[in-house]
Amino acid sequence: MSVLFAIVLLPLIAALLPRLVQSMGRSTVAIVTALPVLLALLLLLGTAPSVLVDGELLQAAVPWLPQAGLMLAFRLDGLAWLFALLILGIGLLVIVYGHYYLEKSDSGGRFFSLLLLFMAAMLGVVCSDNLLLLVVFWELTSISSFLLIGYWSGQAAARKGARMALTLTGAGGLALLAGVILIGQTVGSYDLGTVLASGDLIRSHALYPLMLVLVLLGVFTKSAQFPFHFWLPHAMSAPTPVSAYLHSATMVKAGVFLLARFYPALAGTDLWFVLVSSIGLVTLLLGAWMALFRHDLKGLLAYSTISHLGLITLLFGLSTRLAAVAAVFHVINHATFKASLFMAAGIIDHETGTRDIRKLGGLRRYLPHTMALATVASMAMAGVPLLNGFLSKEMFFAEAADTPLYGSLNWLVPTLATIAGMLSVAYSLRFVHDVFFGPVPAALVAHAPHEPRRLMRVPVEVLVLLCLAVGVFPAVVVGPLLAAAATATLGGELPEYSLAIWHGLNVPFLMSLLALTGGVAIYVWRAPLFALQRRWPRPHAPAIFEQAVQALVAVAGRFVRFIDNGALQRYVSWLMLPVALIMLAAMASRPDWLGEHALTPVDGLSILATIVAVLAALATVVLRRQRLVALLMISVVGLIVSLAFLRLSAPDLALTQLSVEVVTVLLLMLAMYFLPSRGVIESTWWDRSRDLFLSLSIGVGVGLLALFAMTHPGATISTFFIDNSIPGGGGANVVNVILVDFRGFDTLGEITVLAIAAAGIYALLENLGLCLPIYDPEGRPWAKDRSPLVLQMISRAVLPIALLVAMYILVRGHNMPGGGFIAGLITAVALVLQYVASGVHWVHARVPHNYHPLVAFGVLLAGLTGLASLLLGYPFLTSTFEYIYWPIVGKFELASAMLFDLGVYITVVGATLLILARLGKLSVVEQEEGN
Amino acid sequence: MSTLLATAVGVLYATAIYLILRRSIVKLVIGLVLLSNAANLLIFTSSGLTRYAPPLIPEGADMVLNGVVADPLAQALILTAIVIGFGVLAFAVVLIHRAYEVVKADDMDQMKDTDT
Repeated sequence: MSVLFAIVLLPLIAALLPRLVQSMGRSTVAIVTALPVLLALLLLLGTAPSVLVDGELLQAAVPWLPQAGLMLAFRLDGLAWLFALLILGIGLLVIVYGHYYLEKSDSGGRFFSLLLLFMAAMLGVVCSDNLLLLVVFWELTSISSFLLIGYWSGQAAARKGARMALTLTGAGGLALLAGVILIGQTVGSYDLGTVLASGDLIRSHALYPLMLVLVLLGVFTKSAQFPFHFWLPHAMSAPTPVSAYLHSATMVKAGVFLLARFYPALAGTDLWFVLVSSIGLVTLLLGAWMALFRHDLKGLLAYSTISHLGLITLLFGLSTRLAAVAAVFHVINHATFKASLFMAAGIIDHETGTRDIRKLGGLRRYLPHTMALATVASMAMAGVPLLNGFLSKEMFFAEAADTPLYGSLNWLVPTLATIAGMLSVAYSLRFVHDVFFGPVPAALVAHAPHEPRRLMRVPVEVLVLLCLAVGVFPAVVVGPLLAAAATATLGGELPEYSLAIWHGLNVPFLMSLLALTGGVAIYVWRAPLFALQRRWPRPHAPAIFEQAVQALVAVAGRFVRFIDNGALQRYVSWLMLPVALIMLAAMASRPDWLGEHALTPVDGLSILATIVAVLAALATVVLRRQRLVALLMISVVGLIVSLAFLRLSAPDLALTQLSVEVVTVLLLMLAMYFLPSRGVIESTWWDRSRDLFLSLSIGVGVGLLALFAMTHPGATISTFFIDNSIPGGGGANVVNVILVDFRGFDTLGEITVLAIAAAGIYALLENLGLCLPIYDPEGRPWAKDRSPLVLQMISRAVLPIALLVAMYILVRGHNMPGGGFIAGLITAVALVLQYVASGVHWVHARVPHNYHPLVAFGVLLAGLTGLASLLLGYPFLTSTFEYIYWPIVGKFELASAMLFDLGVYITVVGATLLILARLGKLSVVEQEEGN
Repeated sequence: MSTLLATAVGVLYATAIYLILRRSIVKLVIGLVLLSNAANLLIFTSSGLTRYAPPLIPEGADMVLNGVVADPLAQALILTAIVIGFGVLAFAVVLIHRAYEVVKADDMDQMKDTDT
């Protein structure tokens, strides 16, 4: 069913267009926006015979994240069809209306792009056949409506209103997500059809109350039900076409849509009845009461919307099958009359420059056409016979009248329903009478408003005609649609009902009559009510909301400042604390940390070496002023580590560690030279004990971990490397074969990291203006003597020998301890020695010292060696080798991995020298400038 | 031998962490060096201790060595770790110098803000 995908995805893809054609004029933008919507609408109407008449269920699905149960699955049943019709139909009218409403200065491209995005999100919500997909689109409606409400982002009210809407509906969306996941886990599927068929399973589940409350939180926030209703009036700072669209047919209807969608799965319990009907009743009354006292036209309509949504919610809460039909019917009716009323309010605002009822009056003289339209729509809202609002409202009264479920309070629901009906009549009357009749305020006379462009009124006319047509010929106009939608909502047989204007003189009709007369009475004697309302405390929702947000931000800020004060130590301790806890807990839970593997015998030399290493490590902590001694202590530790490597059968490691030790000490000496000491920085007693505790815990934990690992030998994959070293890699030194062959890709990555570090250092040292210290930490001036002559002579003599040794180690590395890393370090040490002995200038005059191309060349060579195998049709970095016989030397092996190792060698030499020479040169240049 | 090595690893970790938690930049750098040594040693010991059997295959030997040689994989990992450790240390040192140039303080407590 690609039609389904087309209907949902057309607006989504088209959302890009208005922005792109923005420069081509306002009309082009509007046409480009309207065409895809029209196309989608036609496609939808094309499915009407199968969905509405034959009652088919159209489905289409493509896996999206099947592992998580998320499918790009759409369905089109009666309910989805009805909502899609409202979304696309009213959407099309809103696009036409919006084109004439927007000022020249407003960005039409952005407006229509957002509108289409929102439309696509709504279509996604109503057509989703997968619960998770529904939540995804649900969130998209929250975000796109946020952008639409805040369209005039220059206005503080728009920004605040948008933020409030996003906060509430976004939070509700999160609750909905949690609820949906619970439902999905209970049912075992996120497929909507499966979920709807598993109503009994869900309702009997122990977590049903939680699921219901979570889903209802999503519904109530979206549909602006008490106590989450307050965001809706503040969303009125949006452009009126947005209000007409979001708050009549779409956004707020998403909540009640969800009630209808989940009706077969969640409804039918006492909890559902109590929660949904009572919240609906409170919202119905509160909204109607508040609407009466609004002076802002759109504010009045906003509270009226809240009230009508409460009515629909209440109907769903009543849990009878007829009530559900009435709810669906009222969804249709409310969408039509409310959209037209919002548009009419927009026209009035557009033509007079104000929406304040107190500043309006007598507009029938200037806007007769708009007056006629607004009057009919208001009458529909009030529930006057021969209009659509009357029909659904009568169904509502009928359901309210025979609600046996409240027990002895049986009279309560019908009474309150009638009162709400009266209030609704009163505010509808106010909307018409205060605006179009009575005297014309002086300011308006000067303004002399006139009817808007013909085409701007067409959408209103279409909607008002629909109100009339449904009101007069309900069974013909809306019968099949309502039947299909209600069948899909109930998930089964429809109850008996008749769509007729006259059902005889019964209770609902009397309630309607009472509401009409009572409403007129309230309007006529509204002055005392207004006086009473003025004395009531009126909580200012935005201020309260703003305060709550500020309080939350303050709490979060304090929390953040507590864990994140910007100091490195705080971060390290926050990281180390859980590490220590987890490690100690793990060790405590394994009393067998001393495994069965025999402890290897201890010899005197090892004890001595360990004691020296431990003392040297502790000395680095104790030594405070003597940096040089501390440095030597690090070297001692490093040397003993390399001895340990040597003793424990790791000659390669010992060689590497040894050569790295030399360059590390040089690096640190250079580093400390630049960092002047300004006395000892004392930590507080508390800091020291905290750190002592942390480091001791970690030390003990790691020590135990090491002992555990050593005495519990596990399975190893190393046998593979040992077995395949010669047949697969052609090398007897398994460590080197692993580096250049088996795990060559790793090594390539590692030399790349080294190259990046070197390049980063090179860049960081550019223009570094460090002050050259004149005194060392002990207060003695730095000597400016040349290096001793003996050192110069010896180091120069050593250089060729060292280079020769390095070459030897590089070449033999494949079969004996050595290789690119070690050879590179040895070469670097030999060259650095020349820097130390003879100075930067002496070396740079004799040795090419442009090291960064060297680093790049090394990485490139290693990478190209890998690529060569790719050219020959083998995987990246496959190595090959051949034995050749040279005179004198004898059997000699040539392996492509050696070329790779050469790349490693060059990178290591280049990177090490780049780092040290750059740092060293810094001192020389500065010194010369200083002199 | 295992007990000795475990003690050494534990002490190295404890001192490294303690130094990293100090406010002085110099101590931080020393701590980094010690930590890198400690981590290498920990990985090394966890692959088991083997004496007199480096992972070198003698000429003409059959492949049947039956795991008596030291674990070559851990050694290969540590070998690159040592070299990269130097690179990272150098980067940290230079970064600290850059920060020092901006903040003019070697007290970590004064290096809290990204803005100066």
